[in-house]
Amino acid sequence: MIRLSDDDVARRLARDIPDGAYVNLGIGMPNRVASFVPEGREVMYQTENGLLGVGPAPDAGMADPELIDASKKLVTTIPGSAFFDHPTSFGMMRGGHLDIAVLGAYQVAENGDLANWATLDDNYPPAVGGAMDLVVGVPRIYIIMRHVNRDGSPKLLEKCTYPLTGLGVVSRVYTDLAVLDVTADGFRLVELAPGNSFEDVQSVTGARIAA
Amino acid sequence: MIDKRVADLAAAVAPIHDGAAVMIGGFGSAGIPYGLIDALVAHGAGGLTIISNNAGAGEEGISALLREGRVAKVICSYPRTPGSIWFERRYEAKEVDLEIVPQGTLAERIRAAGSGLGGFFTPTAYGTRLAEGKETRMIDGRGYVFEQPLPADFALIRAEAADRWGNLRFHATARNFNPVMAMAARHTIVEARQVLDGPMEPEAVVTPGIFVKSVARYAVRP
Repeated sequence: MIRLSDDDVARRLARDIPDGAYVNLGIGMPNRVASFVPEGREVMYQTENGLLGVGPAPDAGMADPELIDASKKLVTTIPGSAFFDHPTSFGMMRGGHLDIAVLGAYQVAENGDLANWATLDDNYPPAVGGAMDLVVGVPRIYIIMRHVNRDGSPKLLEKCTYPLTGLGVVSRVYTDLAVLDVTADGFRLVELAPGNSFEDVQSVTGARIAA
Repeated sequence: MIDKRVADLAAAVAPIHDGAAVMIGGFGSAGIPYGLIDALVAHGAGGLTIISNNAGAGEEGISALLREGRVAKVICSYPRTPGSIWFERRYEAKEVDLEIVPQGTLAERIRAAGSGLGGFFTPTAYGTRLAEGKETRMIDGRGYVFEQPLPADFALIRAEAADRWGNLRFHATARNFNPVMAMAARHTIVEARQVLDGPMEPEAVVTPGIFVKSVARYAVRP
C-alpha cells in the first residue's frame, strides 16, 4: 500500500476548510493543518487556552513566553485576534460557535464513536483535556490519523474498545490511505490515497466501508 | 481603607494550612503563579488537593510540590504533558490521587462555585467513563450529565497588573483559568508582575478586586 505522509494528509484535510471558518486544531498531527490552508482563505483558529485568531510562530527574538497555543508552542496574534478566559473558551465549543474541530484518535467506530483520551493501560494516567467538550459542541469533527496502529491492527472499527471521548460525534476521517465519511450506514469512501485500491484499504479496516 | 498589598510572597501564602484545597491558575507555562508556588513549597504545607489544568512539568511549579511530597490529590484535565515526570512518578507509586475532569467542565465547575450555583447539566462526557455514577437527564432529546460546583480554600493567581484594591488584568494567554479561579476560592492570593501605584483604569479591569484577598509583587516572566 502507498501511504501519504503526515503532511500530505494534513494538506488534504486543509482543502476542506472553507474561507471564513472558525476552527480548533488538536495537539499533534491536527496542528499541522494550519500550515496548508490554501491561499486566499481567511480561517480563524481557536486555541482552548484563550486565543481566537492564532498566528504563526514568532520571529526570532519576538517570542512572548505567555503567548502559547494548546500544544504549549509559542504563537502570535493576527489582525482580528481576541484573548479570553477558560469559561468563555469552552462556551465557544459547547455552545456550537466553532465550525470545525480537527482531532487525533486512537479509534473511530462506524457509528461515529471516538476514543482518543485513554487506553486500557491503568498505569498510564489518562488525560482528557478539551476533547470531550469539543466533540459535543462543534458541528463538524474531522479526525486525522494513520489508518492502522504501528502493529498493523485497525483503528477504524465496528465498535471502539478504548474508553470513549464522545458518542456518534465524528463527521469525517482523513488517513494516510483514504478519506471516509461517517454516515448513518457506517463508513463511506470519499476518496483513496493515490495508488491504493478499495480492496487494499478495506483489508486494513475493522469495519465495512461502503464504496 | 482597602489595601490588599502584602509585603512579599511568603506573607501571601502564610495562611495556607495542611490539607487545604488550592486552585492554581495557568495553562502550559503561561499564567502559572511560579513565585507563589515556590513560596508555598518553602512554607511547607502538605496534604494539599491541587486543582489546576495540568500537573506540572520539569522541576518547577506544581512539579516542585509533587516532588516535595506535598500533594495528596490532583484534580485536573491533562496531567500528562512532556516532562510531567514528578506527577507520573507519584501517580505510579500511588502516592497521589487523580480526578480527571474534562477541561470545560473543570472551568464551569469552578465558575459555578464562584457564582453561587448548585451545579449544571453539560453534554460533555455523556455516555463516557467520566459520567459513570453521575445523574443524567434528557433535555430536548439530548443527554446531559449533572456536574457539581468545585470550590477551594485558596487560589493562587498570576496577573499582569494589580492595584491596591485587588483589581486585576492579565497578559495574552496567561489569562486562562486565573479569573475564574479568583472567584471560586475563599481566599484568593495574587502575584502580579506590576503593582500599580494608583487605581487601574476601570475599563481595563478583568477581575474585580472583590474576589481578591491579597496581592504580592513578582516581576519575573517565565
